Amino acid sequence: MLAAVITLAGLGFLGSLGLAIAARVFAVETDPRTEEIEEALPGANCGACGYPGCSELAKRIAEGKACIDDCPVGGQAVAKEIAGIMGVDFSGGERDVAIVLCAGNNENALKKYHYNGVYDCVSADMFYGGDKACSYGCLGLGTCVGACPFGAIEIMPEGIAKIISDKCTGCGKCVEACPKDIIKLVPASRKLHILCSSHDKGAAAKKKCEVACIGCQKCVKAAPEGAIEMDDFLAVVNYAMEIPENVADECPMGTIKVYDSENSLKQAAGGGS
Amino acid sequence: MAKGFFGGIHPDYHKELASGEPVKVMPLPEQLIVYFSQNLGVPSKPVVEKGDEVKKGQVIAEAGGFVSTPVHSPTSGKIKSIGLHPSPVGTEMEAAVIIPDGEDEWAEGCDKERDISGFTPDEIKNIVNNAGVVGMGGATFPTHVKLSPPEDKPIDILILNGAECEPYLASDHRLMLEKAEEILEGASLFARAINVDNIVVAIEKNKPDAIEKMKNLTAGRDRFRVEALGVIYPQGAEKQLIYAITGRKVPTGGLPMDAGALVQNVGTCFAAFEAARLNRPLIRRVVTVTGSGIKNPSNILARIGTTFRDIVDFCGGMTDDTAKVISGGPMMGIAQYSLDSAVGKGTSGIVLLKADEVAQFENNPCIRCGRCLAVCPMNLDPSAISIFAERMRYDETEEYCVMDCIECGSCAYVCPSKRPLVQHFKRAKAEIRKRSKKTG
Ligand code: SF4
Ligand code: SF4
Ligand code: SF4
Ligand code: SF4
Repeated sequence: MLAAVITLAGLGFLGSLGLAIAARVFAVETDPRTEEIEEALPGANCGACGYPGCSELAKRIAEGKACIDDCPVGGQAVAKEIAGIMGVDFSGGERDVAIVLCAGNNENALKKYHYNGVYDCVSADMFYGGDKACSYGCLGLGTCVGACPFGAIEIMPEGIAKIISDKCTGCGKCVEACPKDIIKLVPASRKLHILCSSHDKGAAAKKKCEVACIGCQKCVKAAPEGAIEMDDFLAVVNYAMEIPENVADECPMGTIKVYDSENSLKQAAGGGS
Repeated sequence: MAKGFFGGIHPDYHKELASGEPVKVMPLPEQLIVYFSQNLGVPSKPVVEKGDEVKKGQVIAEAGGFVSTPVHSPTSGKIKSIGLHPSPVGTEMEAAVIIPDGEDEWAEGCDKERDISGFTPDEIKNIVNNAGVVGMGGATFPTHVKLSPPEDKPIDILILNGAECEPYLASDHRLMLEKAEEILEGASLFARAINVDNIVVAIEKNKPDAIEKMKNLTAGRDRFRVEALGVIYPQGAEKQLIYAITGRKVPTGGLPMDAGALVQNVGTCFAAFEAARLNRPLIRRVVTVTGSGIKNPSNILARIGTTFRDIVDFCGGMTDDTAKVISGGPMMGIAQYSLDSAVGKGTSGIVLLKADEVAQFENNPCIRCGRCLAVCPMNLDPSAISIFAERMRYDETEEYCVMDCIECGSCAYVCPSKRPLVQHFKRAKAEIRKRSKKTG
């Protein structure tokens, strides 16, 4: 009996000694800043930064292997805080939000066939590019909705995706998910948008959608030089520049929309002029 | 004796609509829409421009790599335009619109009868490749690639696929009745190319006349054997066919050559015969035009590039309540939104259905009835895979072997919840391919 107790106790002691030594020998230096940075990060673990989770990004920032503003969700505020922890200067730009550059919904855009299948834009896109006559437009099946970790996208009853700017963190997940490549990240302060992505020539675009950009260039002429540029029959906003709101009135198709002060899309994604 | 395989279904076949119709030659239409890429694998590269004059059989697109084939002009004429057109495979595809000059004049060197008895395996592969021959059962995989197995994968059996298990279609059936000798000659070339002398002609029992015809023709020829297969869908799918004939299984992710077999559709054999013997590239094929939505169900010999509109007109037009036009059969075919689609090398049939015959998908939840598991010929769990796909959990669809799915549609056919199962699987496969490309 006693022998057994002593043997077991002895084994236990030997084992713990081994552990104690191992802990010394294999100890990993953890940077105390890692924890602080992790604290500062939003903790959404959304992966938008490209790393598996917030703690991994924190570690990389502390090691100097990632930038202090690599968390798109935290944005400016978090970047500033991390800059403080790391003892570096931060003077960043402004918050980006996503926008769907299409206003062709079930009422104003033509369909080329009746889609009956999986409720997913990528699936529909694999079939003749989806049911919309316009091959560039929003399919309205909400693959972006599923991809957004922050519930910032809705499919409107008229069949088009809309981004709720206040909830959007600019993480860009939707940009990646959309098979039509029509979601763009733009500075949150910009209010004027050309809600079309069609590179079809004017006449063809007009046939397929009542609110399509027909490439007439009226807006280009009305806007400051370089603020709106033509790209293959499509007028594209240069978001680096300020554009006066009244430029929107020039558009004969009603494709250009100006959002209200909260930058919510209440009046957007609507019909023609 | 042929074996069965696990699973499968017994759909309504409706073969009688067209199987008794001899193949009619479709007259030269006013325009042809010829897609520049007509094979699975690497797309071909266009070599003509708007305004060019072309001769019949002239190359209008070159092979874009090894797993690729050239495309030839189906007649002589002028290229009116080049642009995107709806294609039977479900995409908008770049094509040349050719206006025939009516002369139908062959390019230099084409259409010359020659002796094929002396061709070496390499010559055969080259001929088949240069003639743009692809799998004509619908898969359009370049035939010369199938004829070039690596040395460590010896092939000991050539199976001629005349199963034609898709409902409605009869193009292979007609070809076997009308061009049996040519098919066997084409098959002999394939056998020589891969050095096998065991050739099995596999035909489902619902084509007794074709079985008899082939039996008579092969009588006394030791290398050939005719197998009458049970009537079950998808008997004609490569893996199921190989199992039925040889009892060998193609491993997961593998090819028929991994089971020592080569499968060639009977139409492909015929195309190879014409390429070798007559020096004619692949510019026409037999198309079954059938279903309750067409006035005169027919089998026609149409040039590649003939629009569905011209074909429908040629077959008497649509009936009043035609609701759906499918390229291929109703199980694996692809619904068309426009009759401007044109015949491609893989277009085995055009099926036109009335509204009450068209199944609607409903995206209902899976009720876990298990029917799909009972019919899946690949032994998959379509229920689980579709649920993962719905939740965008594509890694799990891969773990559940979605890549093995042959997209036969048996599961969707029996699903009481009318779930668009195959579409889920196509989507999952596309995602998995995309991811594996990204990670290298
Ligand atoms: S924005 Fe893109 S992903 Fe979102 S609903 Fe429209 S097409 Fe689909
Ligand atoms: S809307 Fe797009 S960018 Fe904005 S949070 Fe959602 S996924 Fe991210
Ligand atoms: S479509 Fe795929 S999952 Fe469905 S039965 Fe056929 S092989 Fe199985
Ligand atoms: S047949 Fe349909 S409902 Fe039944 S288990 Fe399969 S997917 Fe689910």
